[in-house]
Amino acid sequence: MDGSNQDDVPSVATTCPYCGTGCGVRATVRGTAVTVAGDVAHPTNYGRLCVKGAALGETVSTTGRLRHPMRRTANGLERLPWPDALDAVADGFRQIIERHGPDSVAWYVSGQLLTEDYYVANKLVKGFVGTANIDTNSRLCMSSAVAGHKRAFGEDIVPVSYADLEEADLVVLVGSNTAWCHPILFQRLLKAREQRPSMKLVVIDPRRTATSEMADLHLPVRPGTDVWLFNGLLSYLHQHGVIDTGFIEAHTQGFARTLAIADNTAGDLRSVAAACKLDPGVLTAFCQLFASSERVITAFSMGVNQSSSGTDKVNSIINCHLATGRIGKPGAGPFSITGQPNAMGGREVGGLSNMLAAHLELDVPAHRARVQAFWQSPRIADKPGLKAVDLFEAIDEGKVRAVWIMATNPVVSLPDADRVRRALAKCELVVVSDVMADTDTTAYAHLLLPAQGWGEKDGTVTNSERCISRQRAFLPPVGQARPDWWALSEVARRWGHGEQFPYRSAHEIFDEHARLTADGNHDDALPRYLNLGGLAGLDRTDYDRLPPTRWPVLSDTLGEPARVFADGRYYTADRRARFVPTRPQPPAGRLDEDYPLVLNTGRVRDQWHTMTRTGLSPRLATHVAEPFVDLHPQDALLSGVREHELARVSSAHGSCVVRVRLSGDLPRKSVFVPIHWNSQFASDARVGRLVNPVVDPVSGEPEFKHTPVRVEPFSVAWHGFALLRDDPAAGRDPRPHAAWWTRITGDGYTRYELAGRRVDGDWPAQARRLLGVSDPDADWLEYEDPTAGVFRAVQVVDGRIHACLFASPRPDLPSRAWLSSLFGKAQLDAADRVGLLIGEPLARGADTGATVCSCFGVGRKTIEAAIRGGCTTPAALGAQLKCGTNCGSCVPELKGIIAELRARQTAT
Amino acid sequence: MKPRLVVIGNGMAGVRTVEELLKLDPDGYRITVFGAEPHGNYNRILLSPVLAGEKRFEDIVTHDRAWYARHGIALQAGNPVVGIDRARRVVVAQDGHEIAYDRLLIATGSRPFVIPVPGHRLPGVIAFRDIHDVETMLAAARSHRHAVVIGGGLLGLEAANGLLRQGMSVSVVHVNDRLMERQLDQPAARLLKAALEKRGMRFLLEANTAEIVGDHRVTAVRFQDGSEIAADLVVMAVGIRPNVDLAKAAGLHVERAIVVDDTLQTATDPRIYAVGECVQHRKSVYGLVAPLWEQARVCAAHLAGLGHRRYGGSVTATRLKVTGIDLYSAGDFIGGPDTEDLLLRDPGRGVYKRLVLKDNRIVGVVLYGEVSDGPWYFELMQAGRDIGPLRQRLLFGRAYCESQAA
Repeated sequence: MDGSNQDDVPSVATTCPYCGTGCGVRATVRGTAVTVAGDVAHPTNYGRLCVKGAALGETVSTTGRLRHPMRRTANGLERLPWPDALDAVADGFRQIIERHGPDSVAWYVSGQLLTEDYYVANKLVKGFVGTANIDTNSRLCMSSAVAGHKRAFGEDIVPVSYADLEEADLVVLVGSNTAWCHPILFQRLLKAREQRPSMKLVVIDPRRTATSEMADLHLPVRPGTDVWLFNGLLSYLHQHGVIDTGFIEAHTQGFARTLAIADNTAGDLRSVAAACKLDPGVLTAFCQLFASSERVITAFSMGVNQSSSGTDKVNSIINCHLATGRIGKPGAGPFSITGQPNAMGGREVGGLSNMLAAHLELDVPAHRARVQAFWQSPRIADKPGLKAVDLFEAIDEGKVRAVWIMATNPVVSLPDADRVRRALAKCELVVVSDVMADTDTTAYAHLLLPAQGWGEKDGTVTNSERCISRQRAFLPPVGQARPDWWALSEVARRWGHGEQFPYRSAHEIFDEHARLTADGNHDDALPRYLNLGGLAGLDRTDYDRLPPTRWPVLSDTLGEPARVFADGRYYTADRRARFVPTRPQPPAGRLDEDYPLVLNTGRVRDQWHTMTRTGLSPRLATHVAEPFVDLHPQDALLSGVREHELARVSSAHGSCVVRVRLSGDLPRKSVFVPIHWNSQFASDARVGRLVNPVVDPVSGEPEFKHTPVRVEPFSVAWHGFALLRDDPAAGRDPRPHAAWWTRITGDGYTRYELAGRRVDGDWPAQARRLLGVSDPDADWLEYEDPTAGVFRAVQVVDGRIHACLFASPRPDLPSRAWLSSLFGKAQLDAADRVGLLIGEPLARGADTGATVCSCFGVGRKTIEAAIRGGCTTPAALGAQLKCGTNCGSCVPELKGIIAELRARQTAT
Repeated sequence: MKPRLVVIGNGMAGVRTVEELLKLDPDGYRITVFGAEPHGNYNRILLSPVLAGEKRFEDIVTHDRAWYARHGIALQAGNPVVGIDRARRVVVAQDGHEIAYDRLLIATGSRPFVIPVPGHRLPGVIAFRDIHDVETMLAAARSHRHAVVIGGGLLGLEAANGLLRQGMSVSVVHVNDRLMERQLDQPAARLLKAALEKRGMRFLLEANTAEIVGDHRVTAVRFQDGSEIAADLVVMAVGIRPNVDLAKAAGLHVERAIVVDDTLQTATDPRIYAVGECVQHRKSVYGLVAPLWEQARVCAAHLAGLGHRRYGGSVTATRLKVTGIDLYSAGDFIGGPDTEDLLLRDPGRGVYKRLVLKDNRIVGVVLYGEVSDGPWYFELMQAGRDIGPLRQRLLFGRAYCESQAA
């Protein structure tokens, strides 16, 4: 890690922990401050970073971290030493397994684990517990893509790289707000188009987004109708002779039946346009563009995957590429863009309940035998385990009695999230490994294990284009945080498997993983495209120096491996790709009178997942501060909700209360709620509670993008906001006094957006309770319009703003910006103080100077201006400004000012 | 031969009317002004600063004898009028002279009200009305220690402040539970009291004076509850009474004061006008300067034969002339069941502001500590402007409202 900084503090090259783009960053530590910059040497981003990545330094604070293993007792959480905690985990799981069998326990892990952690978890569960009950939040993210890849290619292979995107003539983005969710990738795309304007960008998304704004063509499809669209495209391509029959005959199977179904269901563009609610002209333009672009990439994300027919959607896209032979060539192919930093690494180690390991299959005896032999494990899972949604259902039903949750927050992120909460509440043993002490999920843990955060842990991640990058530690672990692989290995050791889990560092695990990918990996045995054989045997130093590397990395070939599928060979038994017939299915949830709108969920630009990290950054809080529901103005009207007010969004499963936004980005009948907010940041904004627990039958991925809901006004007596200087000792908390709240991290202060059903007593008293000001002599300013219900109060301590509260019956409160900025000021000046209750600075021109004429409130600066303008007597001033014309007591002063100015003029 | 105008009262109202008249018609009348005090005209409002030692008498003289001479006005200073003979259209002066008039302007002002408790005529008991009273107080301050001001209104507090500045130990006795109850609500009154106490003024609120004690000169003030405080000087500042004896004797219609119409003509005799504190107009009697200026303008226009102006009454605003204490009050600052309040409190900066609204219009203003916007609120109040659109910003001042509107 060479230091390239001017001031010789060495920086550490590592990988951003957010989306699946996988940007390289360089972290520099100076004292307690961490600064982060893009890594110019990283082939993903070449030094660029998005706003989330750039703010990483603000999120590595130790605030709120889980520092010690903890156990929940009748008296709350108590600390305990690691060995005792690990004993408790090992004993707890062992007892339940002994009584109820291996399928009575489960692991729920995360695309934020490093590959090494993932590998050890998967090995422990499948090879030593003997169950496949290990699933991951990647199930919520790209399992439909995995299933689609496996059905079409025989293996989970992403056949496109970022460089291909830049070489394409047409990029079709389906269900992907790339501009916000993968900003650096999107920037690369835009730059490529800028340099080569013939390149076209098509966006298929029901919403108007930052991405669609940049598109050459936007297809605002009806939610959930992608299969109609791509079947229609396939049929169109066939009708217009754009099919590569040679390729189809030589390298695929199943085209005829697939085409027949496409023709039957979407053989006519007019009916497709109707089904998808598209302008037929726009649809035709898209089909023509696709047909005429040899180099076409169809990139897709959650809009495709998170669906009850997500796998079919993926295959309907792949079908179009197979039919035209536009795969395995530069600038062409289907491209799944993932949302987590290491979803891909998890897939490589097999960390999902329907995988085994290293792209080997659970249901193939030969695969099981090979893996068991490699692991030297006493047993091996032989049937798929429970997928995420089913897993928590099984907990709720008492079939699974112990769960170890690692690096994820299912109480927020899973569908029907209240059921998840209920399930955890009654589960016999809940172990949670996390970096944060207080999350919606840790609240249900019996045992809490402190995990290392980004910047502390060490290992590898794989991004969306199969590029393996190192995450390197640059900070000491907080408290007693340890690697997850270590905790898992320690439990394995307690179960008597110490020999098979002898790891002392991440590189040993990576080495074992690499060897497993190469194990039997040749045409005569178990050929897989995933092969890290060339990385096996790295020593610690080589591992530490590992540059970003796209797999496969073969041990026996020199240089770059050939482009995947360039040879037309796939990883099915007959090495041919499969067309998968896709019969369009509408989304599972049907709209009715009670639930007349479709809920779509997704990200906002500056937050990530459940905000456990991005929620710590003041900078990131400024873009979108509050959870919201965005809807069409006409639907808002019909629902009786108004912009900026609060609304309850309810489904048959649950509800949330969020701010109404009418951005104009949504079509009729659709509403959008972001996924990020949870009980740590808002009173009632976990959108997961609403989402219907409907899953794709193949992938098990939930339908996050389509839940029937209704929107209703959430009536409150007052809206307000409070800003409180951060002061842990004060323990002030306005939340208990509000019916609704959102907490927003500020720089040195915390902001609360509040709303309440009533005012207890009068506002001055309520405000003091809310801000925790009990001292009657506090320096306390207030403004009150009691009949209008408007109230404002500010507390000043030592000449600095300490707290403030603004409330009104309507959400017409002043901007928070200026008040917030005052928390950074060492001392309020007189002008600041005057502005406090206004909530904004008095305008510069508002300063008329010291009052000279009190009767008419005329200031010295105004008078001086009038004198310069030609008023040379008090009478003239009085005629113009009225000063001195009432009591006359200022006339001498007026004379004095006139004389003074005259003297000054003569002097100059 | 020019018609004759006789002015009874050489005070602010009378002389201002003459001044306005001269602007409109410099040669219309032969003018005679009678005054009880042996001076030219001075600004009575500024007596407080003179008492406080901030100004000298010369500073507050507005019209010296030369001014009268320059305008051909006969000044009879120190020679008050003692009678009006309306039938003969003459006034009788103290020295026995009679002067005929074609138009008569009564501007006799008011006289202080003295509570007729035992001892109220003792030496050392005075009012606060004219330069003579000020001189008496200044003299007392040089030789005596304890001053008691009876009356916690505007005038009483200004007197108390002046005496304090002259080095006396001052107690203010007030019958009400708060100071300046005609101008201030309770919170503002409290702020004022605290600020004056900080300067060393003492207050006895809800105190009823029973007797002024003393043999040759006042020595103490005794209250109804029997308690006493020492006093070498007692200033009575409990109010004023319109000076209407002459008018009554002349048979003019007088209620609380001389009744005039919208042209300031008396109800009884069209040749006789009246302005100032001795006037009752539409049931109102004013004790402040602003209405007087307005009356003077209207009256002068009529005397000049330009009958185009009407006086419609005044809404008054008050401020306390105590250096370092900013206080402004106007209109109905107490409010009622059908009024609304806008309130701002910043005790740390010593600021209190209250606007009383009715039907979205300002009907009352109390400002303490920061009063520069008082006149603007007063303007809005007088104009009866609908402040609905400004409501959220109004209390933050004119400059802010206008910068927002721009």
